[in-house]
Amino acid sequence: MRVRAPAFAAVLPLVLGACTYQHYQSDFGRGAVEDDQFLTLFTIFLAVCGVMYLLVIAFLFAGIWRRGRTADANVVETGRHHQSHPLMRGTLIGWSILIGVGLAGLAIASFFTDRSMAKAAAHEKLSITLTANQWWWDAQYNSDDPSKIFRTANELHLPVGVPTRIILRSNDVIHSFWVPSLAGKQDLIPGRESDITVVPKRTGIYRGQCAEFCGTQHAHMALVVNVDSYPDFVKWWDHQLRPAAAPTNAMTLAGYKYLTTGPCSACHSIGGTPASGQVAPDLTHLASRRSIAAGTLPMSEGNLYGWVEDPQSVKPGNRMPTIGLAPDQLHAVVAYLETLK
Amino acid sequence: MTEREPIEEENRRLAQRRRKIARDGKDLTGAKLAGRLERTWRRPPGIVGWLATVDHKEIGRRYIVTALLFLALGGVLALLMRLQLARPDNNMIGAERYNQLFTMHGSTMMFLFAVPVMEGVAVYIIPLMLGTRSTAFPRLNAFSYFMYLFGGLLLWVAFVLNIAPDVGWFAYTPLSGPQFSPGKRADVWAQMITFTEVSALAAAVVLVCTILKCRAPGMTLSRMPLFAWAMLVVAVMIIFSMPAVALASSMLISDRLIGTNFFNAAEHGDALLWQHMFWFFGHPEVYIIFLPATGFVSVMVETFCRRPVFAHAVVVLALISTGILAFGLWVHHMFATGLPRVGYSFYTAASMSVSIPTGLQIFCWLATMWDGRPRFPVPMLYVVGFIVTFVIGGLTGVIVAAVPLDLQLHDTFFVVAHFHYVLIGGAVFPLLGILTYWYPKITGRMMSEALGKVGFWLTFVGFHLTFFPMHWSGLLGMPRRVYTYPAGLGLELPNLISTIGAFVLAAGVVLFVVNGLVSLYRGAIAGPNPWGAASFEWATSSPPPVYNFEHIPVAESVTPLWDTVDDLPVVTGLRVDDKEMLLTTVVAAAPDLREPIPEPSLWPLISACAVGVVFVSSIFSPWALAVGIVPCGIALTAWFWPKELKRHPEPVID
Amino acid sequence: MSSRFRASCIIFGLTALALGACDREEHHSRAKPIGETVPAGASPATIFPGGSSPAPLDPRAKLYDDNANAIAQGQQLFSMMNCVGCHSHGGGGMGPALMDDEWRYGGRIDQIAASIAEGRPNGMPSWRGKLTSDQIWNLAAYVRSLSGLPSKDAVSSRSESMSAGTPQSLTPHGEIENSDAAKQ
Repeated sequence: MRVRAPAFAAVLPLVLGACTYQHYQSDFGRGAVEDDQFLTLFTIFLAVCGVMYLLVIAFLFAGIWRRGRTADANVVETGRHHQSHPLMRGTLIGWSILIGVGLAGLAIASFFTDRSMAKAAAHEKLSITLTANQWWWDAQYNSDDPSKIFRTANELHLPVGVPTRIILRSNDVIHSFWVPSLAGKQDLIPGRESDITVVPKRTGIYRGQCAEFCGTQHAHMALVVNVDSYPDFVKWWDHQLRPAAAPTNAMTLAGYKYLTTGPCSACHSIGGTPASGQVAPDLTHLASRRSIAAGTLPMSEGNLYGWVEDPQSVKPGNRMPTIGLAPDQLHAVVAYLETLK
Repeated sequence: MTEREPIEEENRRLAQRRRKIARDGKDLTGAKLAGRLERTWRRPPGIVGWLATVDHKEIGRRYIVTALLFLALGGVLALLMRLQLARPDNNMIGAERYNQLFTMHGSTMMFLFAVPVMEGVAVYIIPLMLGTRSTAFPRLNAFSYFMYLFGGLLLWVAFVLNIAPDVGWFAYTPLSGPQFSPGKRADVWAQMITFTEVSALAAAVVLVCTILKCRAPGMTLSRMPLFAWAMLVVAVMIIFSMPAVALASSMLISDRLIGTNFFNAAEHGDALLWQHMFWFFGHPEVYIIFLPATGFVSVMVETFCRRPVFAHAVVVLALISTGILAFGLWVHHMFATGLPRVGYSFYTAASMSVSIPTGLQIFCWLATMWDGRPRFPVPMLYVVGFIVTFVIGGLTGVIVAAVPLDLQLHDTFFVVAHFHYVLIGGAVFPLLGILTYWYPKITGRMMSEALGKVGFWLTFVGFHLTFFPMHWSGLLGMPRRVYTYPAGLGLELPNLISTIGAFVLAAGVVLFVVNGLVSLYRGAIAGPNPWGAASFEWATSSPPPVYNFEHIPVAESVTPLWDTVDDLPVVTGLRVDDKEMLLTTVVAAAPDLREPIPEPSLWPLISACAVGVVFVSSIFSPWALAVGIVPCGIALTAWFWPKELKRHPEPVID
Repeated sequence: MSSRFRASCIIFGLTALALGACDREEHHSRAKPIGETVPAGASPATIFPGGSSPAPLDPRAKLYDDNANAIAQGQQLFSMMNCVGCHSHGGGGMGPALMDDEWRYGGRIDQIAASIAEGRPNGMPSWRGKLTSDQIWNLAAYVRSLSGLPSKDAVSSRSESMSAGTPQSLTPHGEIENSDAAKQ
């Protein structure tokens, strides 16, 4: 009895963790119509396959259970090993019909679900071009009005209930866009353009991850999707169009100066400043995002310090070099980045 | 003198010579025959003879031992991976090393263990099962083993030297291309493929010819054992599918070595071309691994239920149709790539329909158990474990065959669970069972039943503990090939259970190996037929003499040893002082030709070395192909140099 | 174990250890901070009035020269930093060709790195302060591969973009001709 309590205490957090986490990167997140359709189809498949499995197991155990009998077995010892029980052939035919009918039914269910997913995703009203790089996501929100186009990275906002077409491209290797609670995955293949339409139906925060092995830091290429109500989404869009916040004190001014004239601007862009590098995530509204480095670290001041100072320790092998800032430079840079909401 | 006289003169001389040739028969039988056959068939002793052997039993044993070694190495990698994934945000193993680990694990298990072990078991047992003295083309058989060994050494020596590939076992381009995989790691992987494909093709040719032409007289196709049918289908599948991956890997090397643009989209190549070519091989590959296991199950079910498998013809047709259908499914690995949706529906239907023949085979086995009187020594425990486990894997396969479901489950741990259920449940469990079953035949001793039972339960429980939670973590959003995962997604508990289960599974496999080693010295001595089985391999001693059978047996039914009342009928007349075997016709197995069998020779080894040097050096320079062709040519010429016939030609059976 | 077997085991082990330090595949993901650029006082100049000799090779050279990962990173940086804008894919345009044997400011890796860091007359910008020294050295390693200077098994044969000439793995091994910078 005394041993059990500590063991239980060790296991309980795991079990609780297993039962009480948020389903924000899971097939049970139910964030979109497509996810509901997936779960329905999955349940149908599970039921039919479960029945088939139980039949097999029942037959197996019937055979094992019957092993005691001697006289009427069709075996070598009775000399009847070339005969079979008369019911066998009929059962074989019945079994094959059952399998055939079951599979045909499942294939038809799958086909219909596919079609209804495609129909639900028709009439897209919003278009985003998502370009995958090793190991971050570059997103451009498209619009017919060029002054409303903007670029962001690693985090998307989508309006609830509006079909959004995400155009998928890759700059280097094959990646895969996958937000389980919202939609199935689609690969981003260099040299090809494909697309996926997402129709979120519940507001909330969802997490996705790259789902095709893309190199060293494939494990740290996540994507956060915020599904907002339509008015909130419009507010967010308008906010994204604004340039970066201007520095207000000496510290942020020093940070601004370093960011726009130092090595950061060789790769990064900050809207409304001279920093206009296109090969790294856009930083204009960095501080309003929920994570750093494509989901590697949650956004916080401490994490920003750690990331900017030594990205190669946090995400070894990624494209952002460790620059080795002096302490006052680091303070200034992070102070300015924190204002980029 | 008319024209006929020289011919008659010749015939008279031949008839005189023929009377002097010693053959097995009524006059020469028993111990005297055994002694002379032994002298004719044994290979020279010592290291040279060991390297030069063409005895299929020795080569088969080597294949099995080498493959089990790779299983152990791959298993250790898996344990390391599981340790890294036991906790979220773990930093025991870094990203680069972890990527190498899963690449090595997948490549080792698929290319260096799964296919070669099936080939090895087949190469050992098929001639015995078919009642003949040797495989066809024994030197090609030896060559195939050495190519396999060199391919495995290439990959593992590279791992030890820290140039292991890190692009995943299927090495998608452009990640494995010249820009994103610097150095020689991906080239090492691609050439390992070339080695193992050449080896598999050679073994496949050997098996097809043996099964079609070297059967015992009277063993018509309808009387051929189900394992032989399975290997025939598998060998034909190898011949049709392996060239696709050998070609793809050569194209990859060419891109990486000399800058061709097969997979470069900017120059009108296509990254998806790799996927098509790889999976055109990759899907039949998993059936190449699975179908021999179905053959194993048929063998064990027949012996331990004490009756031939129910609906023999249905099982044969199921094997053949699985082999054919397997070639039409490969796009189901590419459902997320954005190909036309209508085409996908075809592959969904095809992928589901391939489970029908397998379902029928399962019915036949279950019906045999129901109708017969099954006993449950350790091999049969593995058969039960196989049914319980493989059917789950097959059904999760039906689940991921549906496009809307696959788009969520592809590249997640759900798929990892699926393929381990079908590969371990569907191939490794029958393999462990059949190794226990044929262990007395190979070594002459029985494996320990008690250790075997404990090993089975550890393996079975450990397997389910490891892989069942992965269905759950896949549904919770854990992708594949990640060296770590964040906390808070609910992935901690499934991963921890999987890690614990992995060690239990490892313990079970270790116990199996320990059982195998200990029983070599302490196992009960086995007679020729300890299980009371029906096929020809049990008609000779355990282990078999180097010449397999004193007299070639005749098959009169599908279960010959159960249907003969007195002694087994045999044919006599094969030469005793020269190595010779009997070829029969393909369908009716009527005696057809006598085929001389080659003496042990070092040329297969030397050719394998020459070819190996070409392959390995072509990783570094394209000149290797041009220069290396010379020693290869010399070795192959020496191998095929026509030998002066010591015996007199008389191929026709009179 | 026979003594011959033991001996061959030892030889194999030693070879493995020796080859294990395979410089081509070393991956240095922890880069040196930018503060450490060209060591002061050892300017890798190419013109030596009075007839002195070139400075000894920078000790960092062996980390980057012949290193496949450095060359690959350099290849990516070459297009990311728009070196192709002036140098094309080595053929030159506004900037001099990088695939030929003429190296105005020296063709050793440390001399190329200095050129990138300091900038050069006639339009080569200075990248010190914009790129870390690790990035500059990676670029230098790649630039050397354009004229076939590193060993062939370290270079990548082509990039995943439009083909721009001979694949680097087939580029004939180059020479370094230090040209007089005054000679235009």
